[in-house]
Amino acid sequence: MRRVDWRMWMGVGVVGLVCLLWLGVTGGLIWASLEENERQAVITAVGPRAVLLIMMWAISLVAVGVVLKRLIAEFKTAPARLAEDAKVLLGTDVKRRLTPQGTAENRQLTEVINQLVDQREALRTEMDQRVQEASRNTELEKSRLAALMSELTKSVVVCNLDGRILLYNNRARMQFKALSKAPAVAGGVELMGLGRSIYGVLDRKLVTHALENIQTRLKRGASAPSAQFVTTTQAGQLLRIQMTPVRAVLNQDLAPEQPDLTGFVLLLENITRDFEDDSEKDRVLYSLTEGSRAALANAQAAVEVLEYPDLEPDMRDRLIAVVREEIQGLGKKIDELQASSANNLRSRWPLEDMLGADFVDAASTRIQAALPIEVSLDQVDGSLWLKVESFSLLQAMVHLAGRLHEECRVKALQLRLAAAGQRAHLDLLWKPDYPDTKAVLGWEMEQIRVGSETMSLTVQDVLARHSGDSWIEREADGGRAFFRLLLPMAAPQEELSSDAFLRTESRPEYYDFDLFQSSAQSRSLEDCLLSELTYTVFDTETTGLNPAAGDEIIQVGAVRIVNNKLLHQEGFEQLVDPQRSIPPEGIPIHGITPDMVKGKPTIQQVLPAFHSFANDTVLVAHNAAFDMRCLQVKEQATGVVFDHPVLDTLLLSAVIHPNQESHRLEAIAERFNVTIIGRHTAMGDAMVTAEVFLKMIPLLNEMGIRTLGQAREAAQKTYFARLKY
Amino acid sequence: MARKVLIADDEPNILLSLEFLMKREGYQVVVAKDGQEALDTIAREKPDLVLLDAMMPKKTGYEVCNEVRSNADYKNTLILMLTAKGRDTDIAKGMALGADAYMVKPFSTKELAQKVKELLEGLA
Repeated sequence: MRRVDWRMWMGVGVVGLVCLLWLGVTGGLIWASLEENERQAVITAVGPRAVLLIMMWAISLVAVGVVLKRLIAEFKTAPARLAEDAKVLLGTDVKRRLTPQGTAENRQLTEVINQLVDQREALRTEMDQRVQEASRNTELEKSRLAALMSELTKSVVVCNLDGRILLYNNRARMQFKALSKAPAVAGGVELMGLGRSIYGVLDRKLVTHALENIQTRLKRGASAPSAQFVTTTQAGQLLRIQMTPVRAVLNQDLAPEQPDLTGFVLLLENITRDFEDDSEKDRVLYSLTEGSRAALANAQAAVEVLEYPDLEPDMRDRLIAVVREEIQGLGKKIDELQASSANNLRSRWPLEDMLGADFVDAASTRIQAALPIEVSLDQVDGSLWLKVESFSLLQAMVHLAGRLHEECRVKALQLRLAAAGQRAHLDLLWKPDYPDTKAVLGWEMEQIRVGSETMSLTVQDVLARHSGDSWIEREADGGRAFFRLLLPMAAPQEELSSDAFLRTESRPEYYDFDLFQSSAQSRSLEDCLLSELTYTVFDTETTGLNPAAGDEIIQVGAVRIVNNKLLHQEGFEQLVDPQRSIPPEGIPIHGITPDMVKGKPTIQQVLPAFHSFANDTVLVAHNAAFDMRCLQVKEQATGVVFDHPVLDTLLLSAVIHPNQESHRLEAIAERFNVTIIGRHTAMGDAMVTAEVFLKMIPLLNEMGIRTLGQAREAAQKTYFARLKY
Repeated sequence: MARKVLIADDEPNILLSLEFLMKREGYQVVVAKDGQEALDTIAREKPDLVLLDAMMPKKTGYEVCNEVRSNADYKNTLILMLTAKGRDTDIAKGMALGADAYMVKPFSTKELAQKVKELLEGLA
């Protein structure tokens, strides 16, 4: 049904009335001026035709109505619609063109609005592009920073003024692993993590002292002060630490004298081994100097006494024995010295650790690039690390290969690398045309020549600098001849574990600069916002469901949530030897067989490490009552008490969705659209629980549950809180 | 009366030579093989001069020197430190603790005999 347009009816009514009024007044005036007979004539003429008069009036009103309707549509409705449409465009980001309606002016206006909208859209798109570009650059810079940091060979840790870690690199992670008191358990992850306190590793007083030192120098106007200190860690390692301040981004409005420290960067170096090496060198030096002095004194005194002509034969024999003994002693000392690991007193080139296989590859490439020789690999020990100055050593090898090519017309070489005691054998093999290898003798003593360049060093020089040597040998079967280069080996490197990168497709989250802003937790934990707390979300797998009656933990998995982010890299995952049988009916569920836990750490070793891992955090678990009970029954045996505040995702789910039938982890994960990978491994479940928990926080927030205290109170009121284990 | 010399050294190989040498120079010789024995012998024998090795078991030569010098009874006892420590700080330490002379091993026995003679003549 069409809406009645009252404006039109009003208009028609007004026009009708005006017409009537006009007709009445005009008729009345004419009537008054008429004679009686004239009046009679009018009555006679008009009287019977009054109907016609009324009809014409009505018809003219219809015409008025039509015109009015048209006018209203043109001048009133069309602009009003335009205004509404324009308001929609103004208030939302709906993109559409308005259809011109109404008068020419209205149409023009619509066209102008359309143009404005187009212009606005163009601007918007351009702005979006710019924002995207800028954020892509930021992302790029961020990941470049992360890459740079994680590839650095020095340990870097950045902390805010409270000592909370907000960036660390992979090397630092490895180093902290070595500092862990229980490195065998879960890889010692309990020390290093975003948001963790550096004071877990370093003495607070040392750090404070260094900071004060820096602050004083900053106030004195030093441009780049830094502080150094050496400390022993709890695990007995010696660390040299360099501290550099992180200063606030300069703000012109701030008074310059205000202290502008926001945190500090620590460069950590484990100097335990250097220190041991130095001590060993000292010992060797001592035995060389002071130790030899005494022996020489004994011998010299004896020799000088022997010079007396009137010596008794018996005394003479004894003195000769003394001289012999001392000389033998000195010889022995020199032998020991040569065998000792500190046989590195000579000033050396800076030798670097290099994977042997990498060096062999480099040699092969370099020889083939410089000479028309085919190089293939014989046996190469891929696990072997060399300590080399690779440039000169490669030059030496190219030189030898070049001489072989010139003098013996050798066209094919093989490379071989193997360990031999403390040293490595690097062999350059070839098949000689004739059995005599004399032609190649003496090449090691020539100056190294590569192409047209001649170095001032000989092959022998290069090897001497490596405390190595070289010679020519023939294989026992008389087939191939080879140059053997004897090279020092390096301890296998801690290869920056690739699985640390493989766990996620992206770069590890080793930094969170938002933590710069967070200050010391002055509020009590209960009053802290859920979104600000640090959580350890964990799960345990057990031999059964009755911890009080002897069921044991066989796996612990945990992840951390810091600053509202799930840290995938900082997981704690450990199988535990339950020191009892695992009931076969549980194996299909958790997938842990007795073989897998054999030889693993026991709960007495694992729980203290897990306790450190969870230090200063809120524990979160699904059906936490069970997991907490498992931990509590071990309190006496392990001596660690888990008195952390606890949140239970099962109870929180009941708070958020009281009308849902199931609060099992799978059901909740489905509700929150969380993908489940590795369900029923401790780590898998902990991950799912953590993701679910992160989605719960904003929902709880909407319900007015913002703090830890409120969340715990709400959870306690649910039906499920009555479950006991 | 012959002067009495105590040779304190834990190396039997040097004791042999030094004992012969000192006797040949006409001194009465007593020996000690560690620091404690040296102190006991000094108390018992009251030697005029001690040839004192710095590095000895039980008590070092420095400790012996220190104890001897802090006892007024031995104020006339001469001490000649013999040591394998050749750094100037070690020599300074020995002299500071009251040694009368210092010789670094290895030394010429003739020079040693000469030094001992000089010291004992100074006493006279």
